Amino acid sequence: MAIITYISLTFIPLLIGFILLYGTFKKVPTYESFVEGGKEGIKIAVSIIPFLVGMFVAISIFRASGALDALMNAIRPIMKSIGVPAEIVPLLIIRPISGTAALGMTSDLIAVYGPDSFIGRLASVLQGSTDTTFYVLTVYFGAVGIKKMGDALKVGLLADVVGIIVSIIVVGLIFGLK
Amino acid sequence: MVNYIWVFMTIVGLLFAVINGTWHEVNIAIFDGAKEAVTLCIGLISVLVFWLGMMRIAEESGLLEKLSKLFRPLVKILFPDVPANHPAMGYILSNMISNMFGLGNAATPLGIKAMEELKKLNGGKTEASRSMVTFLAINTASVTIIPTTVIAIRMNYHSASPTEIVVPTIIATLLSAIGAMLIDRYFYYRRSRKG
Repeated sequence: MAIITYISLTFIPLLIGFILLYGTFKKVPTYESFVEGGKEGIKIAVSIIPFLVGMFVAISIFRASGALDALMNAIRPIMKSIGVPAEIVPLLIIRPISGTAALGMTSDLIAVYGPDSFIGRLASVLQGSTDTTFYVLTVYFGAVGIKKMGDALKVGLLADVVGIIVSIIVVGLIFGLK
Repeated sequence: MVNYIWVFMTIVGLLFAVINGTWHEVNIAIFDGAKEAVTLCIGLISVLVFWLGMMRIAEESGLLEKLSKLFRPLVKILFPDVPANHPAMGYILSNMISNMFGLGNAATPLGIKAMEELKKLNGGKTEASRSMVTFLAINTASVTIIPTTVIAIRMNYHSASPTEIVVPTIIATLLSAIGAMLIDRYFYYRRSRKG
């Protein structure tokens, strides 16, 4: 574990050093290239603003009006019948929609039930093994101007469902259901 | 599709505002949501500028190409439509590697770059190509080796072993990535059967 922590700590600085040295070695005008590439970053960041504003407002309305709570209450009995603890259901629903909200819920679950409980561990694993599908979709497709998403949303959400099921099974098998 | 989802979320939200009388909350939510989105984008500028600058050097020095050569067998299976030496491969790989190390802020710029290259490959069409859907599926399954944020939270709440979830997370994330790939393949074959 110490090794993994060390790698993640040193990875970015070493990578930067390597890219710069390799570029210099290959006679790339490093600073000029960096600036040219960076200019693109500004363009992209500004161009995704409308996409995110639209999505975030819709999601905020959905959440603040109480619609999200109603959805959770409707789903909870179904989830419980297949062995998903009721406490975790809100996290499952919020995870694909909002990254910050999901992170908030995960910390909350860990704070209330303890990091070493079944719910605490499950929330931890879920947070790490799934992603904010809506955000990824909005940013990636928005930035390059994809209008027809095809099966992307369906595939992304089904992948999240798989991630949830797998997380429950793995945590249950490794740590038990307490 | 995205149009319907967008309108659906908003209208259902407004209906619940009528039922629950949560007009005040909804009013705040509208402007808070917009503000949060802009704040996020402004925050992204720094990482986008930095990483896209760095990656430009990596691209021009041929580093990205080397990287894609190294992982060619694996990525060829995942993205049969992308030519082996295409710059898209390099970006896809760097995005996956950043995700694995939990470097979300580096992963996003690389992912956008990858999408841009995939769009070029697809003749600049505004429709998602097969490779784009696959790439998205990989990203939403989010293969992580070190869930740094979660470990930090667990430490905060005095876990007896904050890192004990690392191995389960790796197992879960790998299995769900495999699941995502299978789902992606299934939808692809369904599409191609329809013609």
